[in-house]
Amino acid sequence: MTTPQSHPAGTTPRTPRGGAEERPSASALRLEETVRVEGASVLATLTRALGSLQLAEDAVQEAAIAALRAWPASGIPDDPRAWLLVTARNKAYDILRRESARPSKENAAALLPHTETTPDTAAMALDQLEPDSSVRDDMLRLIFTCCHPALAPEARVALALRTLAGLEVAAIARAFGVTEQTMAKRLVRTRQKIATAGIPYKVPDDAELPERLPAVLAVVYLIATEAHSPSSGDSVANIDYGREAIRLARLIADLMPGEPEILSLLALLLFTSARQPARVSSGGGMPVLLADQDRSLWERGMITEAVGLLNEAVRRSSGVAGPYQLQAHLAACHAVAPTWADTDWGRIVALYDLMLELGPNPAVALNRAVALGERDGPAAMLAAVDAIDGLGRSHLWHAARADALTRLDRRDEAAAALRTALDLAVAAPDRALLTARLQELTGPRDDPPG
Amino acid sequence: MAVYAALLYLPASEYFETPDPGVAHKPSDSFQQFMAEAIPAGVIKSGEALYQPEMATTITVQGGKGGDAIVTDGPYAEAKEVLGGYFIIEVADLDEAIKWAAKMPPAFEGGKVELRPVLLRQR
Repeated sequence: MTTPQSHPAGTTPRTPRGGAEERPSASALRLEETVRVEGASVLATLTRALGSLQLAEDAVQEAAIAALRAWPASGIPDDPRAWLLVTARNKAYDILRRESARPSKENAAALLPHTETTPDTAAMALDQLEPDSSVRDDMLRLIFTCCHPALAPEARVALALRTLAGLEVAAIARAFGVTEQTMAKRLVRTRQKIATAGIPYKVPDDAELPERLPAVLAVVYLIATEAHSPSSGDSVANIDYGREAIRLARLIADLMPGEPEILSLLALLLFTSARQPARVSSGGGMPVLLADQDRSLWERGMITEAVGLLNEAVRRSSGVAGPYQLQAHLAACHAVAPTWADTDWGRIVALYDLMLELGPNPAVALNRAVALGERDGPAAMLAAVDAIDGLGRSHLWHAARADALTRLDRRDEAAAALRTALDLAVAAPDRALLTARLQELTGPRDDPPG
Repeated sequence: MAVYAALLYLPASEYFETPDPGVAHKPSDSFQQFMAEAIPAGVIKSGEALYQPEMATTITVQGGKGGDAIVTDGPYAEAKEVLGGYFIIEVADLDEAIKWAAKMPPAFEGGKVELRPVLLRQR
């Protein structure tokens, strides 16, 4: 499958519409996509003009609904962003008028939290809005506001999915496993915090950027992590997290070209995503571990692009690799290895050592132990696993012990470790995998060792 | 402009030396340094240092307004970090408030600074 690449807001190339080869569902999808991508940039511009994320979001939401209603018949306008901006502006007028007409003006005031903004000045700001005034800066402002470190990480993720990715509240609620009402309340609270705590709507200056960028990249990374291993529940929610994360990373990379950690993060996401077709077994359901994946299923185009991005990141980072670059190097080691056995485990162990220099991290130490096992054998792996503190409640730690013990032919201990892992695992795919391994281990004894 | 209360929390075990009543408290060198920078910048609207929590008296009124005042010694619960003082600051936005908060000594001397936006009062 070729996924359409996202482009910086406002520069989506126009493709011929209504071609005979297009099925209605495909064009409907593209229409929705256009509304989402352009909607985010319109939201950014409107937020700048109004000084209120809440009001801007309400207006853009209404404009999006209008577009989804009008465009199937009229076709996507030549300049969808301009269409949406004009419509959203009019909706904002309507909302302000509606709220001002109420007996109490509290609501209009609540929508415009800044004391210097009144419904009148907001209307003036709307009048002066130029359709194409610096979309790039508006998007950057929105990104840094939504990903401000003063917001809780989950709140940032939810808000980014809503404002930057333009997803419906209902879809985000499903993904978080909460009701739509609960998610709507959380989003309102987050916007309230932005307004009342005085989180500025501005791009950090160059001096501040190194401090602020990690919070932005963490949001993208969290979205991607959720894509790779949903933390709980039976099925992955309706959001294609992997695609959303790559889209956001591309958007940020386009807005801030040359930031090495952004390039590295995008490379990392592409490396990981390229493996996706090989991650699900043909029977479905059970994840296929990296060691067992059919590497011919990996998407080579993505890997090539990721290698190029990573090289560019290395070139621009003047010898100091950031945390995402280290992770991207790791992913690259796997991506270019012909088989699991023929992987450069020495380099992988060295990369994990560099990561651990950034600070103690039991999860990284566990991965290092696995790599060490491939380089130096199961006894070394077991010793390294046992040396890690603080993972007693993690099924991954017990599964890794089981793996080392199995390879040392200490089968009873391995089975016990697998049972403990099974007690601790929550996500259904993880449980299926552990169950299968336990059956394999405790099955007929005369099986030739695998 | 936005107004914040910067609440200064100190580790309970490292509360500053409190003087006897009537004797003026001399701020530590690090606080004097901070104020030498913040006061000319026009950031600080007000601020005070507080005696330690053991000197506190806590009051609740039972049975609604005018009811019995229940007076107890000290704070409600033992806390690892205790409020040691506050500044009221006026700055452009949260980013600027964070910059100043990071310069307040408790933030880098084992305590922490909590920034609370101040509610706009109805006139």
